[in-house]
Amino acid sequence: MSSYKLLRRVFVWELPVRVYHWINALAITTLCVTGYMIGKPPAIMFGGEAWERHLFGWIRYVHFVAAYIFVFNFIFRIYWGFVGNKYADWKNFIPTNRRYFQQMWEVLKIDIFQTKPGGHMSVGHNELAGFIYFFTFLAFLAQVITGFALYEPMSDSWFAGMFSWVVPLFGADSYVRNIHHILMWFFILFTIIHVYLVFYHDYVEGRGEISSMGGGWKFIEEDAFEAHQKREAEEKAAEEKAATEKNNKAA
Amino acid sequence: MSTRPERPTYYEELLHRGYSRRDFMKFCTAIAAYLGLEATGAAQVAQALSEKPRLPVIWLHFQECTCCSESFIRSSHPIVADILLDKLSLDYTETLMAASGHQAEKCMRDTMEKYKGEYVLCIEGSVPTEADGVYCMIGGRTSLDILKEVSATAKAVICWGSCASNGCVQSAKPNPTGAKPIHKLIKGVPIIKVPGCPPIGEVMAGVLVHLITFGTLPELDGVGRPKAFYSKRVHDTCYRRPFYDAGLFVETFDDENAKKGYCLYKVGCKGPTTYNACSVTKWNNGTSYPIQSGHGCFGCSEENYWDAGALYLRNQPFPGFGIESDADKIGTAAAIATGVGIAAHAVMTNIRKSKLIKDVIDEGKDAEKEL
Repeated sequence: MSSYKLLRRVFVWELPVRVYHWINALAITTLCVTGYMIGKPPAIMFGGEAWERHLFGWIRYVHFVAAYIFVFNFIFRIYWGFVGNKYADWKNFIPTNRRYFQQMWEVLKIDIFQTKPGGHMSVGHNELAGFIYFFTFLAFLAQVITGFALYEPMSDSWFAGMFSWVVPLFGADSYVRNIHHILMWFFILFTIIHVYLVFYHDYVEGRGEISSMGGGWKFIEEDAFEAHQKREAEEKAAEEKAATEKNNKAA
Repeated sequence: MSTRPERPTYYEELLHRGYSRRDFMKFCTAIAAYLGLEATGAAQVAQALSEKPRLPVIWLHFQECTCCSESFIRSSHPIVADILLDKLSLDYTETLMAASGHQAEKCMRDTMEKYKGEYVLCIEGSVPTEADGVYCMIGGRTSLDILKEVSATAKAVICWGSCASNGCVQSAKPNPTGAKPIHKLIKGVPIIKVPGCPPIGEVMAGVLVHLITFGTLPELDGVGRPKAFYSKRVHDTCYRRPFYDAGLFVETFDDENAKKGYCLYKVGCKGPTTYNACSVTKWNNGTSYPIQSGHGCFGCSEENYWDAGALYLRNQPFPGFGIESDADKIGTAAAIATGVGIAAHAVMTNIRKSKLIKDVIDEGKDAEKEL
């Protein structure tokens, strides 16, 4: 009998996070496909009259519906960053301490440049991924702002109306349109790299990275699990110690 | 013919010039319609023009081509030109006034003193700011100097055309004269922008008539244009819109689709990003407008339309990558580069992480055998 590792099942992605992820994936795919077609409509051979079809109208309609779904889904995720479990917490995306940056550098060395052997022992998002998601959130925001700014003049909805300040800020629709178009490619490039890295982690580490967005489980080696537990206990103790010292000083 | 009072009303002025009441009422009705007023609006306009003395107007020309004036005197109703642009109504305008030299300058000064805070300042053209503004001098003074003085005591400033509203071609890169639109140079006076190269004559008349009738500025949008004329995109009121919604586009200017009158979106029509009244009011007495004649809109009433990109392309050049590159080309290249990077990374992974991968695979295979 050969050696084997004991794996711990850890519940990482809660159901709302998983649902958010897949709605987001579907919405972004829809938005990119319809958005690309809006920017560069396909040439169609058609002998009939214009009133017989409404193809481009439908493409745009789907784009707008997907945009609404995308934005409210995004708002929900921000909310969940404050009430969800520790792997959904907003602190995963915004560096708040030195360790975050150190770990980011670790991930770069281990997974990207591969100058350090082994696998990164993170459970939820690794720090580099988390930080990059922060930039995707900024891109989400920019895309929502520019998109709804372009949509606003043809809409009566209060939501689109909230973006009427954008075009005057830039001076003309054309600027906003160009930004919106260029940013689409950020999403496409992100998706390519994102999907690749999910396969990479699953293949190299064998912790169920791909299926985690289905069931929410990741499988962590017992020694890695214990190391995490130890570190978190230490951090907690250090925090408490600092708090008591502060209290003592105040007293 | 009766003698004219010192400050005749518009109506009196028109009777004096031989128009009938019928002509006058037709004009009032047409203008009220352009302004988007309700049916009673025509009566309001008629009353205002019959009772109010004419508005003192100073019309300045800076860096411009006078196409705004040209457009104005060609608006569909002859009264527009007569009532609003004729030398009788304008106190000062370089292009059309009879006076010249010191006499002309005196006219302006008189108006400014006599109607302080009452006169409307209309401006055609941008103002150069480089080299102390020497690129546009009138009567020995820089245009900036004149603008500052005349606007200080004006009731309102109307920026005719794209030059005054957003700088137009003079302020396009590299902008050697440092041309600036009016709103960047003066403060404290209400400014109405009426962009377009030129703006539509009826739109210009409508803005003036609104000022006369209601004594207030028309309702303006976020960038300071009258909503009555600039709240809709050329695209949203275009008669070719059904082709757009159907997905039927002109691919090149000489193809079959162009003959069929399909949408010009793919050959760079800027209708979808241009706010103007062209497709409703049209030009030359409602005869036509660019899209109707088979040429895409190029967005002349939009800010920075010269620098904003190629006039005949839908997708604009990607900033910093030359005119041949649009976002899709750069994006595709970036996606290919990413793919190559990923392939390299995958190869490298199998080499550098071989131990790790082997362990995982062996562990799994052993377990399979042991079952």
